[in-house]
Amino acid sequence: MDQQNGNTKKYGMVIDLDKCTGCGACMVSCMAENNVPFREDDTDKLLSVSWMRVYRLGNGKPFPQVEECYLPRPCQQCEGHAGHSPCVSVCPATATDYDMRTGIVSQIPTRCFGCRYCMAACPYHVRQFNWWDPIWPDGMERMLNPNVSVRMRGVVEKCGFCFHRYQLATGKAYLEGRRELDEGEYQTACTQACPAGAILFGDLNNPTHAVHKIAQPDSAHGGRPRNPKAFRLLERLGTNPKVYYLSSKEWVRKAGDNQVQRTEQTQKA
Amino acid sequence: MDSALIPKGVKRCSIGQFALWIAVVGAVLLWGVWAMLLCYFKGLNQTNMNNAYGFALWIWADLAVIALGGGAFFTGLMRYIFGKDELKHIINYAVLIGFICYSSALLILAIDVGQPLRAWFIFWHANVHSMLTEVAFCLTCYFGVLTIEYVPLVLENRQIDRVPFFHNLTHNMHGIMALFAATGAFLSFFHQGSLGGVSGVLYGRPFGFRTGLLVWPWTFFLYTWSAAACGPCFTLFITRITEIATCKKLVKDNVVELLAKIAGWMLLTYIVAKIIDTVYWAAVTAPAMGLTLMDFYSNNPGSAYGLWILIAEVGVCGVLPAVMLVAPGIRSNPSLRFIAVTLAVIGACLNRWVMVLQVQAVPVLPFEGWFGYMPSWQEIATTILPVAYGIILISLSYRYLPVFPQEQELNPIEGGK
Repeated sequence: MDQQNGNTKKYGMVIDLDKCTGCGACMVSCMAENNVPFREDDTDKLLSVSWMRVYRLGNGKPFPQVEECYLPRPCQQCEGHAGHSPCVSVCPATATDYDMRTGIVSQIPTRCFGCRYCMAACPYHVRQFNWWDPIWPDGMERMLNPNVSVRMRGVVEKCGFCFHRYQLATGKAYLEGRRELDEGEYQTACTQACPAGAILFGDLNNPTHAVHKIAQPDSAHGGRPRNPKAFRLLERLGTNPKVYYLSSKEWVRKAGDNQVQRTEQTQKA
Repeated sequence: MDSALIPKGVKRCSIGQFALWIAVVGAVLLWGVWAMLLCYFKGLNQTNMNNAYGFALWIWADLAVIALGGGAFFTGLMRYIFGKDELKHIINYAVLIGFICYSSALLILAIDVGQPLRAWFIFWHANVHSMLTEVAFCLTCYFGVLTIEYVPLVLENRQIDRVPFFHNLTHNMHGIMALFAATGAFLSFFHQGSLGGVSGVLYGRPFGFRTGLLVWPWTFFLYTWSAAACGPCFTLFITRITEIATCKKLVKDNVVELLAKIAGWMLLTYIVAKIIDTVYWAAVTAPAMGLTLMDFYSNNPGSAYGLWILIAEVGVCGVLPAVMLVAPGIRSNPSLRFIAVTLAVIGACLNRWVMVLQVQAVPVLPFEGWFGYMPSWQEIATTILPVAYGIILISLSYRYLPVFPQEQELNPIEGGK
């Protein structure tokens, strides 16, 4: 049993890049589920908010060896060392927190005062700032998700593995007299929306969950995957993320981290 | 018209000339205030920051002015704790410059946060693990100390000093100033260091990250050290600028040379430590994170962050001014001394620039490129705003307060009143 501290969960994700078609359904579902604001002209992606972003990677080789790969990037929910994820430890107002019960890095928008230190700390650019107040198209206010509060201008936000769904699922289980959730009871919006089934979600500590079986996290070595096809982004930094990627292609796996001796040049996105 | 307020035995320009000067600088100040109001009412979309550049010009300005304002704590430490009595002739100005730098830093921080009305959360919901929390607490406390150090100078105005209560208060405050100098040095050690820790603890950002001692990265100590070295250089730099602007000698050479000598040795020891830190980071820390030195200095647009910036910071604006200030022959030459302190000031600013902006610009994900940033006019105006405010406060202080105790002796007025 790989489980630590009794009922401690470690929710994580496995994204199979061989299956991802880059359709963007995960991004759309995430925005709809989490009331992510958008602007009329949202073409500048450095100013827009997207908790889930799909990158396009290339192997940098000429035709006919050219290959491409799509890489969806939610918050990596870093554990760092003992919960000191890069962003959590720097927030001066405790507006973000590492939940030791679930392994989820939370964000409290009403506590955030917009210093953006967490954005500077995150190497994955998953933390984004509300440069504008959200303006919803006429009538869309009625279609917002009532379980997720909308955020105002001047605060940082990010993916929280649809934590409201976890709260709903645990509340339901409690009413039914259960303490444990079934694997399917708590799933993120992007997992459910992916038409190719490329995204799997579950408890990395639970050996019966698919994410555990596939990633085979080695808890003795900071959760490093034992599956040779699996990798995590920027493994060397020690951020200890809970999002694992799968690829049968070596160049894709190498593209996930900086190599001192680069053998293949990854095409910049 | 305002001659009753001007210190005895010194000459000042006419009130009309002074008003015109204040009006010109005041116009610049108002431009900055306008930009500040735009940021407050419209939000930080008025800037050119983005999700990759969460820290930009303002944070650099903050770090730079706090480093340069370090002259106040270090000169105070030398004067009151280490007994370098000659420095009493420049301590007033060092305190005034420090006061301006720290109040400017607080002003810029108040504009920089996305929700200024929640800025107090940093104290109320303090996260003790965050370097910014330590910065906020120490910086605020030290600004209080600087205010206490500046108040006696204000009370020495000719008219205020005539009130017995204020006269006695000033006298008594001077008596306990050593206590505040020690408190200031203690607080400065921690907030200067914590500012160094801001980038040093970012283990997700290999350009800024440093290993260190216990919970403090090496940048913690380097920042305090460089502030102690370059802060006095900035005091000397502004003193010389003031002398040029007023066409007067305001501080005797022996005082200036003593401070320059102390700053020179501090700078020399700092730059040796900085070089050791850079070599260790390039050879051990960064490669362990999968990156080589040249990954941080190549393939960026326009070579904005080429190796030249490291050479400029450590060599031209580090080793060179340190050697110039340590060498007695060069230090005693006013022009060369001015060049040396100017280079040291630029070096501190460059160091803060790379540790804020280059940290953001360097790509960390292998499939991302360098990030570019050019500040908006609102960011520039709000950064110039404290400069204008500083010039006005210096002008007012110089005109109405006995900032330079040696001015009267160095500039005797014929038949002076």
